[in-house]
Amino acid sequence: MNAWTGTILRVNLTNGTIKKEPLDVKAARAFIGARGLAAKMLFDEVDPNIDALSPENKLFFAAGPLTGTFAPNVGRYDVVCKSPLTGAIAASNSGGSFGPELKYAGYDMIIFEGKAPAPVYLWIHNDQVELRDASALWGKEVPETTDLLRAETDEDAKVACIGPAGEKLSFIASVMNEMGRAAGRSGVGAVMGSKNLKAIAVVGTGGVSVADKDAFAAAAKDAAAKIKAHPVGGTGLKAYGTDVLVNILNSVGSLPTRNFQDGYFPTADKTGGEALAANNLLRPRGCHSCIIECGRATKVTNPKFAGEGEGPEYESAWGFGADCGIDNLDAIIKANFLCNDLGLDTISTATTIACAMDLYEAGIITLKDTGGIPLNFGNAEVMVELVKMMGNREGFGDKMADGSWRLADAYGHPEYSMSCKKQEMPAYDPRGVQGIGLHYATSNRGGCHVRGYTIAVEVLGNPVKMDQHTTEGKPDLVITFQNLTAALDSTGACLFATFGIGGDELAALLSGATGIPYSTADFMKAGERIWNLERMWNLAAGLSSNDDVLPERLLHEPIKTGPSKGEVSHLNEMLPVYYDLRGWDANGVPSAERLETLGLA
Amino acid sequence: MSKVIMIYPERCTGCNMCVLACAFTREGEARPSASRVHVYNWEREQFSVPMLCQQCDDAPCVAVCPTGAMHRPDGTIVVEYDVNKCIRCRMCVQACPFGNASYDMVTNKILKCDTCAGAPECVAVCPNHALEYVDVTVSTRARKKSFAKKFKDAFQEVA
Repeated sequence: MNAWTGTILRVNLTNGTIKKEPLDVKAARAFIGARGLAAKMLFDEVDPNIDALSPENKLFFAAGPLTGTFAPNVGRYDVVCKSPLTGAIAASNSGGSFGPELKYAGYDMIIFEGKAPAPVYLWIHNDQVELRDASALWGKEVPETTDLLRAETDEDAKVACIGPAGEKLSFIASVMNEMGRAAGRSGVGAVMGSKNLKAIAVVGTGGVSVADKDAFAAAAKDAAAKIKAHPVGGTGLKAYGTDVLVNILNSVGSLPTRNFQDGYFPTADKTGGEALAANNLLRPRGCHSCIIECGRATKVTNPKFAGEGEGPEYESAWGFGADCGIDNLDAIIKANFLCNDLGLDTISTATTIACAMDLYEAGIITLKDTGGIPLNFGNAEVMVELVKMMGNREGFGDKMADGSWRLADAYGHPEYSMSCKKQEMPAYDPRGVQGIGLHYATSNRGGCHVRGYTIAVEVLGNPVKMDQHTTEGKPDLVITFQNLTAALDSTGACLFATFGIGGDELAALLSGATGIPYSTADFMKAGERIWNLERMWNLAAGLSSNDDVLPERLLHEPIKTGPSKGEVSHLNEMLPVYYDLRGWDANGVPSAERLETLGLA
Repeated sequence: MSKVIMIYPERCTGCNMCVLACAFTREGEARPSASRVHVYNWEREQFSVPMLCQQCDDAPCVAVCPTGAMHRPDGTIVVEYDVNKCIRCRMCVQACPFGNASYDMVTNKILKCDTCAGAPECVAVCPNHALEYVDVTVSTRARKKSFAKKFKDAFQEVA
């Protein structure tokens, strides 16, 4: 086959069987791969009402048809399952070179079923696939696990694994690959831990072929030229990383501060990408086939927070920074390193700490609850300590390890959790940027920016600029971004490729690679199909329009200071329009006609 | 021909575009094991080093080749490989001190950089100029300076 390898690995952890299955070509054509195809298979195979941490859940590691090919910025894979954090579908994607290596070994996807009786890891060396004992690895942090596995398998193996957080079933645990890359969100690491699956190590020596070499090479060259020519994709992200956004978002008054109490942080510049580049950056890094290079190899020499590793990107710098009222970049970087090592999602970890600080300052939790640790905003030492406690479920960290909603709810105040569908929102204040709030509320995996990054248009002016404060035209914008991103994710491409290319270029790449003529309209329709399928699964899992909401704070408490002072989110004006444009009824249920059009009836 | 490919590891981000370009251009598919350039990654240090044929003046691969398949045409600085003369004894693979010649089982031939007849694709796609195709005199000088700097940096770190 071209682009797709044509083979799926199905691993039953309960009885230890490993099967190779042919890819369903018809489904692959309609749902592309990665996020979309894994969602389709989850939809077909997994009862939405199961407990996410039970053996009935399935865990998909899925690459896309472009993953591993010679196109720029297409090195990604998705981890898909039912999320313990949201109860909705989880699809977290990660870069590095794990996804491409899986393709080179000959597989589009691995599906894990059941639960192993004792800790195991999966070792894939091309055709040779085996489950091995991982009891010696259990309890190890991510870097040590990776090193040990390489020593046991192959020194060039690509390793995806969980850390202590995933083993201890933290609802905000990530799956890490190659030490510093994360499938971070929605607690996919906990699902891996619940299956007693510590890691996957893979070596592949095969290749990925494309259907039309000339057309594909031309499309790849065109895409690369456009990304390189773009001020963000070609220059900005390499120089300053995504953390360049700290100053940009602060300058438009939409940098959530102290658990979204405010939208402006006066000393934010100390935590931005410019400061990072000046003080801590060793060199930019790129995932497989990446020509953007937002990755940050960084170092902290300050003995209190010393270390060397990957990050932070923008969301992490904001979360451990402004959202916790902290402007100590060394501490922020250290917190990021700890998340990588322990296998924690940086966004949910940081914002859960911010939530705890908010609860503490409001007097809802006290020193008695925290074991004597003062949780005031701005306390960098405590923030770093809490990350360790959360990853290891120690002391008060145990209460925080399942995210901000569970923490706040346990003290009777879930409204302090800045989350949608119980997943923490990232670093763009919906009061200052209207469209992103509508996206947060409707995102199929809860609070998340990378499913409909309207910030590109509302703040960065890419490819066009819309007023950040207006609600007009935003439902349409959100839908376009959500559909485009669903299709893009499913190819294996990186979202940042959209700083340079869009549906036209991705459709051309996909057509050249697969030999199936995808028009831009076909590509966007595939995205809409995937979005609606995820929605249907969530509705079957018991979610409803009651979950398409934002925290009350964002609807009723205006931003206090800065350029967006006085603003609140006007979600309720936009939501009915969004439903209508999507072809959904007033309760957010897709109409039979729309499902029919999308081939989902 | 008077140009060679120079490696600048300090600029490499580990993206492997050179590897993909080589495999795709020369063998028609994205198969890293079919590449004549390889990137070695140190994840803890987050450092990457691309490796490819150095076109040695006194090339061990040429010296050990029993058939003349691995040869340097008169007046050139690039060591070339003639697949028709090759008997697949793989002596060149063993002889290369850098591991820059390899045997590909899929195509049954030796893989070694020949600078794409003067238009190396790996250099063209590298987003960071970690690979450069430069005049041999400049490259010699740059290489010496680069190594001198490494010594300097190493001593500075110790001191």
